[in-house]
Amino acid sequence: MTILPPRPFNGARWLVRATLAVLTVLTILAFATFDSRSVDIGTATVDFLAGFQRLLLEPRLENVTVVELLEQLAITVALGALTTLIGAVVAFVLALGVARNLAPRWLSVSINAVTALVRAVPTVLWVLLFAVSAGLGSVAAVIGMSFHSAGYLIKAYAESFEEIELGTLEALQASGATWWQIVAQAVVPSSVTALLSWTFVRFEINFSTAIAMGAAAGAGGIGFDMFMASGFYLDLRELGAFTYAVLAFAIALEWFATRTTARIRRPV
Amino acid sequence: MLPHEYLLRRRVWAGAGLAIIVALASGASWLTDFDLGRALQAFPEAASWAVANFVPDAAAWKRLPKILDKLNETILMAVSSSTVAAVFALVFAIAGARTTAVHPLAGLVSRGIATVFRNIDVSAWALILLFSFGQSAYTGYLALFFVTFGFLVRVMIETIDDVSTDSVEALRATGAAYVAIISQSVIPACLPRMLSWVLFMIETNIRSATLVGILTGTGIGFQFDLYYKSFNYPAASLLVLVVVLAVLAIEVSSNAIRRAVL
Repeated sequence: MTILPPRPFNGARWLVRATLAVLTVLTILAFATFDSRSVDIGTATVDFLAGFQRLLLEPRLENVTVVELLEQLAITVALGALTTLIGAVVAFVLALGVARNLAPRWLSVSINAVTALVRAVPTVLWVLLFAVSAGLGSVAAVIGMSFHSAGYLIKAYAESFEEIELGTLEALQASGATWWQIVAQAVVPSSVTALLSWTFVRFEINFSTAIAMGAAAGAGGIGFDMFMASGFYLDLRELGAFTYAVLAFAIALEWFATRTTARIRRPV
Repeated sequence: MLPHEYLLRRRVWAGAGLAIIVALASGASWLTDFDLGRALQAFPEAASWAVANFVPDAAAWKRLPKILDKLNETILMAVSSSTVAAVFALVFAIAGARTTAVHPLAGLVSRGIATVFRNIDVSAWALILLFSFGQSAYTGYLALFFVTFGFLVRVMIETIDDVSTDSVEALRATGAAYVAIISQSVIPACLPRMLSWVLFMIETNIRSATLVGILTGTGIGFQFDLYYKSFNYPAASLLVLVVVLAVLAIEVSSNAIRRAVL
């Protein structure tokens, strides 16, 4: 039997292992300190499976009509669309200041720093913060959700802008084009497909966020109805009907998004 | 096409696009009862309110140990739900990826399950799970687990099909056994990218855990809700500050890991 020489030290492999080890330790720690509040996991699981079966197999509406359900779903979709649009407009302007081939470095760095701060605050906290002065409702929800929407799109748009070759920009500059002319005649036309794809991906995310904000931050729409069915009417079967409506729309969106966005890379 | 025709056509297209966007925005505003003017007005109001009231005071700093304790609970929940979901997702992804599927039907089933799990929003999962698991940590844990599982199956399938297709074909041709191919080639080759996705989900889940905590009465989200509803804004502001620092710290370290391993 030949003895193989030891494998040379590989920093990346070592880091992967170290990260996995840290994650494992944290996971064990999490289970050790789990706050179960005297809920028995066994009976709860059996109860959940029975309940989930009822939710999936016997959905029906009790407190709202089908028309009202569709209306609420439309409100949630509209919330998602509105925040995507506002996010897109803000992000388009700021991404021009972030793209390294279009903007000075100091501007790019400072916008990125502010964006990182904005994104570090969870959406629901943004919504609740604005709700103090604007009141719970669509104004606070749309502002709060637009923050993350813009933050995400700034990064995506700036990356799309950066894919334009430096040679093209230099040629335009040499021919005397102004910065705005370069943006309007070269940058936007050549990245418009990527911009649209990213905007659609964000709409998919904003639709789910809109459900969550309806449930947790008074934004209205189908999320609020789900919250009522769960916490107020304790009606699993009605919750099932809402779940199907949301699921159908989300799957349709995802299907459409994967078809139209096959060419762009998802952000890591 | 003459230059002026080209310019005209482009102007028409741009105009049509703008009209569609404006129509969409006003339709959505009408449906949701949103008023752009009021929203713009809310900005200076919120800013001046925050400067005056949303600042930690001496009493708030005394609550820091409690806040850190809840933050700790939330971070651990986000990490553990992501890692356990990753283990399950890996199995389903290997069964679901075109490159490594044992049977086309297994791939279809695995992808179908994952689609359902990730397309029910985390808040909806929390509301469903509340019925059985009540206001315990299980509710939030499972809600995060389900969505993370669904998402990770999707990206892990993409990773396997992206990275391993050629090497798996080559190894099959040499007669290597299925288990050996998976454990010696597919997993080592895909691990850095998969790890990067798991880190991404941990970041996402810390934010989602805050939201789920408000719904299920656990962790940092519930603590925020308590301060918020009792108008204890100084304590709430300290809590937000702590969350921001934690999220940024996790983002910076996972970005560093990502740069080193990818």
